[in-house]
Amino acid sequence: MNSAQVPAPARAATITWRLATVAGVVTETPRARTLILDVPGWPGHRAGQHVDVRLTAEDGYQAQRSYSIASAPQDGQLALMVERLDDGEVSPYLTDVLSVGDRLELRGPIGGYFVWDVALGGPLLLVAGGSGIVPLMAMLRHREAALEIADARTRHNVPARLLYSSRRWDDVIYRSELTRLAQDDETLEVALTFTREAPPEWTGFRRRIDRMMLAEVAWPPGERPHVFVCGPTPLVEAAAAALVELGHDPALVKTERFGPTGERG
Amino acid sequence: MNRDDRQAFERQSVDERVGEAERLDGNAAAGILSEVFVPDLTTARATCANCGTIRALGALLVYAHGMGTVMRCPSCDAVVLRVARTRAQLWLDLTGARLVVMAAAAAPSVA
Repeated sequence: MNSAQVPAPARAATITWRLATVAGVVTETPRARTLILDVPGWPGHRAGQHVDVRLTAEDGYQAQRSYSIASAPQDGQLALMVERLDDGEVSPYLTDVLSVGDRLELRGPIGGYFVWDVALGGPLLLVAGGSGIVPLMAMLRHREAALEIADARTRHNVPARLLYSSRRWDDVIYRSELTRLAQDDETLEVALTFTREAPPEWTGFRRRIDRMMLAEVAWPPGERPHVFVCGPTPLVEAAAAALVELGHDPALVKTERFGPTGERG
Repeated sequence: MNRDDRQAFERQSVDERVGEAERLDGNAAAGILSEVFVPDLTTARATCANCGTIRALGALLVYAHGMGTVMRCPSCDAVVLRVARTRAQLWLDLTGARLVVMAAAAAPSVA
């Protein structure tokens, strides 16, 4: 082929700010809600990626925060889960004020490191604290959609386990969806732990995630699970350190700290 | 760029202390890095100029300050990369990275 026939390579796309429209709002817990967004020109994402959201005040002051994408790449619309922080600069607007038809500036998808898809294989171990469930939920939703159309061998190759720490029952985000997913899929196990108050009759874990709990829930390091840990910084650091102590390869333990406030900057 | 901005950026590496800013992952710097680099830098591998450890930038520790974003080596805590945005400019300091290797965009095939 001679070079004159080669079309000029398109300039690689940079991540640009886009105007999204709120298409729906779902209340998840008393403090958290999901924003379902229409984003014209959205290029698609991978499970685990996030977006930056930018708010501009009338005087031009801008505040910017990162939010994990909750929807699977297969879903038609983009879903973000926002937890209200009482002293937050951005989240109270997103949880209390923004409503259907309003517009929102965002850019993304961002970050290719904390991502998983079925092609990467399993086993898949997910460890979440609080709203750290969000990017991991995108992975579970992606996995479910992908396995629906996969053969038996692929299903067998990507078993998943989720260990999810919440303060109390009412704080468990996606509670009914997680219950349904675990019931319908024998290769998915969901373990909850409660750090403040467990429901009555609760027979599961009732403490912060620790090494013993991870040893009980996780596959042996020899199985080389892909591990994703997301939540408040202290939880992420404790869980990641315990997993490495248990013998998991640090290169397979990927972390996403939300910071002490839960609102990433 | 005025002198105060330059002094603040240069002072930051000296004054920046662990604990002043929340500690996040390399992923948290992906947004501002996407303003500088077209390839996703969180999956690029950086060699720490201080200790020689090679890691994905997504695995570095991030301290986000008002002045900018500092990425540190999780092995030796040295600053690997700093990036900051002012009203009109982006500032990038890569002296802490001996080498950065990233996936190339698929090149057009030219015979």
